[in-house]
Amino acid sequence: MTIPFVTQLGRLTLALLATIGAVTSFAGRAIRHGVQPPYYRQQILRQMLEIGYYSLPVVGLTAIFTGMVLALQSYTGFARFSAESAIPNVVVVSLTRELGPVLAGLMVAGRVGAAMAAEIGTMRVTEQIDALTTLSTDPFKYLVAPRLIAGILTLPVLVLIADIIGVLGGFLVGVYKLDFNDATYLRNTVDFLQFQDVFSGLVKAAVFGFLITLMGCYHGYTSKGGAQGVGAATTNAVVSASILILTFNYFITEAFFAR
Amino acid sequence: MDAPKISLRGVTRAFGAKQVLRGIDLDVAAGESLVVIGGSGTGKSVLLKCILGLMRPNSGSIKIDGQETTGLSVSGRAEVMHKFGMLFQGGALFDSLRVWQNVAFGPIQSDGMATAKARELALAKLASVGLGPEIGDLFPSELSGGMQKRVALARAIAREPEIIFFDEPTTGLDPIMADVINELIVKCVSELGATAVSITHDMASARKIGHRIAMLHEGKLIWEGPVATIDDCGNAYVDQFIHGRAEGPIQMQVRRQ
Repeated sequence: MTIPFVTQLGRLTLALLATIGAVTSFAGRAIRHGVQPPYYRQQILRQMLEIGYYSLPVVGLTAIFTGMVLALQSYTGFARFSAESAIPNVVVVSLTRELGPVLAGLMVAGRVGAAMAAEIGTMRVTEQIDALTTLSTDPFKYLVAPRLIAGILTLPVLVLIADIIGVLGGFLVGVYKLDFNDATYLRNTVDFLQFQDVFSGLVKAAVFGFLITLMGCYHGYTSKGGAQGVGAATTNAVVSASILILTFNYFITEAFFAR
Repeated sequence: MDAPKISLRGVTRAFGAKQVLRGIDLDVAAGESLVVIGGSGTGKSVLLKCILGLMRPNSGSIKIDGQETTGLSVSGRAEVMHKFGMLFQGGALFDSLRVWQNVAFGPIQSDGMATAKARELALAKLASVGLGPEIGDLFPSELSGGMQKRVALARAIAREPEIIFFDEPTTGLDPIMADVINELIVKCVSELGATAVSITHDMASARKIGHRIAMLHEGKLIWEGPVATIDDCGNAYVDQFIHGRAEGPIQMQVRRQ
């Protein structure tokens, strides 16, 4: 029994390493094409609209309820040792450092990463990607690079908006439910907030934007085998992007805040 | 005699253990229309993709206008691609773009033509495949299969390529529409004076659009000759194929890859 198990383990390890290699070389090629002209500006703008503007409702809703529940939960905890005044600060720091970028990233991974994998995957199986090549247009430049650029540029903006909406959610619960004085709540929010809290969150957002679009493009681009293949690509894009977001989130946090 | 437009020597390509092309030697003269016939899974598409540069052969040489293309860099490849037009089997129209934008894609994106001028060009190309200007503003998904093929043909000829490839141009069309497409292909190719390479298993189409026919079987070209001679070629494989008989030397593969 041990031999098959070891064989299996070896096979899985090799497959994992092969995938990491393939993704890395895909990313390298995409980045190279992203920094070299020509740039397809219209494609970049279209993707920014798709990733940023159309994600606003879902990210906004996520943020406002997260802010509200944060205020409520920290109140129940902090009231036990009369530390209610720390609530605005807890809300804003949790949001800007962690929950804003991570939750926005996960929501966008589900919304945009899946759509990208499905679109590019369908283009792959219907030979539209080959057609691009025969029309002397590099699919990496036309399809992949604009999406990566749009992801990196748009997610920080999206997260900044999510931060503000989330704080608003906390404010609403704090003032209307927990009887905070509105001016005090805002002062406590701003006073203890550091530049690094927001900045680290925005750096995370840019990295997540890269990861989401990279996974969407990679799985779509390499999909094969018709409708089933495109379905698998969509699932893989969302799952891998989500896991990468959570993993990178830890390491970026460590890079910023570990002493 | 002029150097051949396309020249293949000993081209092989394998996928894993499966040898798909086992050494192809092929010459296509300028202005000639060659049709490659063969059953499903015999490597026709792979052969086409190798010549187009969408796939790299494992070994062998592919020359276009005497220039070796197998080891080309990305930019060199793009230059060769300018000579090519390709009609994909499923049309492969960009479904996010309107019909005229599809036809004008090459001129706009890679030749930098101004949008207004490219639109005019696209409408002219659509007219030459029998489609009115009102079709231009539709999306590909709003068109029937035959119309999509026509649009794809218009896109393939939009940059007036020197060499046009047709991948099963009549598959999935009714016999009448298939003949319409065949006639359009003949017309477009002769108007452009282009060299054409088609792959098909539709013999009516092959007879109509080809000057010369080559038969691919198990990764090798087993017969080639002028269209007129195919009926008495004396090759049992070709005979079985063109008459569509289940019995004969060719055993149909059931599994893909």
